[in-house]
Amino acid sequence: MMPNGGTNGPDGVEDVLRTEQISLNFGPLAALRNVNLHLQRGEVLGLVGNNGAGKSTLVKILTGLYRPDGGRIYLEGKEVRFRSVQDARQHGIETVFQDLALVDELSVYHNLFLNRECTRGGWFRFLSNRAMRAAASRFLDDIGVDIPSVDTPVAKLSGGQRQAIAVARAVRQENIKILLLDEPLAAMGAKETSLIIGLIDSLSKKANISIVVIDHNYTHLFEICDRINVIQHGQVTVNKSLGEITLEELIEFMVQSFRREVAPGDAK
Amino acid sequence: MPSSAMRQFIGQHLTEMVSTLVAVALAIFFTLRSPNFFTSDNALVLSQFIAPFAIFALAEVPILILGEIDLSVGQMYIAAPFFVTYWNKAGIPVLPSIVLALLVCCALGFINGLVTIRLRVASFIATLGMAFVLRGVILIYSNGAPTNPIGSGALVQILGGWPWSEAFWGLGIAALLHVMLRKTAFGLHIVAVGGNTESARESGIRVDYVKIWCFVLCALLGGLIGILDGYHLGSLDPATDGLTFMFYGVTSAVIGGTALTGGRGTMVGACIGACVLGMIKNGFLILGTSSFALDLVTGLTILFAMILNVQIERATSMRGPRGSFGRAVSLVFSNFDPRRKGGVRS
Repeated sequence: MMPNGGTNGPDGVEDVLRTEQISLNFGPLAALRNVNLHLQRGEVLGLVGNNGAGKSTLVKILTGLYRPDGGRIYLEGKEVRFRSVQDARQHGIETVFQDLALVDELSVYHNLFLNRECTRGGWFRFLSNRAMRAAASRFLDDIGVDIPSVDTPVAKLSGGQRQAIAVARAVRQENIKILLLDEPLAAMGAKETSLIIGLIDSLSKKANISIVVIDHNYTHLFEICDRINVIQHGQVTVNKSLGEITLEELIEFMVQSFRREVAPGDAK
Repeated sequence: MPSSAMRQFIGQHLTEMVSTLVAVALAIFFTLRSPNFFTSDNALVLSQFIAPFAIFALAEVPILILGEIDLSVGQMYIAAPFFVTYWNKAGIPVLPSIVLALLVCCALGFINGLVTIRLRVASFIATLGMAFVLRGVILIYSNGAPTNPIGSGALVQILGGWPWSEAFWGLGIAALLHVMLRKTAFGLHIVAVGGNTESARESGIRVDYVKIWCFVLCALLGGLIGILDGYHLGSLDPATDGLTFMFYGVTSAVIGGTALTGGRGTMVGACIGACVLGMIKNGFLILGTSSFALDLVTGLTILFAMILNVQIERATSMRGPRGSFGRAVSLVFSNFDPRRKGGVRS
């Protein structure tokens, strides 16, 4: 790995994001230990690991929600420190969190625009509800998300629809460079899954957006990813592009490592 | 059958509507029972009952939506006019003293917020502590002796001296806060934080900032109504129990559909709740109910209104009705359920 934070990855393509030696402790528990990760422009990187391995923690650091105890983050070659979610967003990092970060009581369009409301009246920040409603409706139509009405409270939507709204909110941003997806396909029906997979595909290929996906369904990952990183005990232990590893090998590797965790000494 | 938009509106504001019905029923009841209730003279008296309840309720609504509570607002009410007399005796003119007193209330609200948010003390305890501290400070300062509010002329007339003045302050504050809650980004953030704090945080909303400002706002309004009521009553008693006033406010808010668990509440509902509570107090006094029985009747009416609200909330929520009463209510109101299939079509 390159220790100097240069902008070029191993194969000479520009790295849009790289982390060096990222670590974070929760009290005595080391959630992340010296994580080195890189992400090229337009690349889809899959993060794989058992529960509690540190995948979501890593995402929360990259999105400005947690601050690492140590290590550096480089965005397009420049070192960055995210002070808040807002800060990370301004750098073009958008996230779909595992819990979707939706507010049930609010309508679809208020959720889509949450903390990025269209307002007027300067300091008073009066909501331009009509503008938001129209924009939300148009945008959801464009990307093919089917919901009864943008006025519907999110509580009323199905699990798949909610997930689609959360993804739509992230990809709506114009300055988006990196999209972080924490289990975007969990609890989704076949229709919504193919919608999201199609969306990820077009974002990375056409819009050249780099994407990090966490998913437990390796079949999905092999469908959308260019490269897979395995995280175990807060460290990246495997970094292979899809040409270097097959689905069967990955599953076998994960099962073996899981066995070693559960019953050390038993594994062959 | 109502149209779909109307049905959705009714579904979202069921508790407010039921409270309105309760208020109308109370008005009819008292009008039938006494010729002195529905009169222009009593309208003034009634407004003086309702306005303080309403302002306390309005102050609490944002806090309650956040899932917090401010128990010290009643003691802000007692303390603020004493702050005015203190600054005035120190040589500061009346109007600047009032402004200063309100700023002190804001600062105390800020402390409430900091203790709750930064030191992670539950707001129930943090503000209860603040309430007792304030009570102690005022009792020590005044030596327990009642005094008169300082000031005269037009300023006093505007600030509660004119009999209708509190009603107008109440309406003005209600309108302002309604716009704040429903029409501004800050109001949307209050609802978002109250509905799902973690989601709000992940959306980049500064949760701490929203909460602290709501505590400041609540304390400011508590101080303001204290000064208004001081000039209205013409005397200040340091031994008055602020907690009772605070609970009238919280009760009004909850009768008007604000959820104690957070995430839901309206300013209009708070005003309707204050009307219900004010009418109970005023109506039974007119009927000549003894002050002992008055507390009993007030308590029973509050219980009844609350049970009705909670059951309606449950009946129309996705969790479905609980218990026999809940099922009966859900039968009656299921037609207005916005979350039921077929309830809303775009």
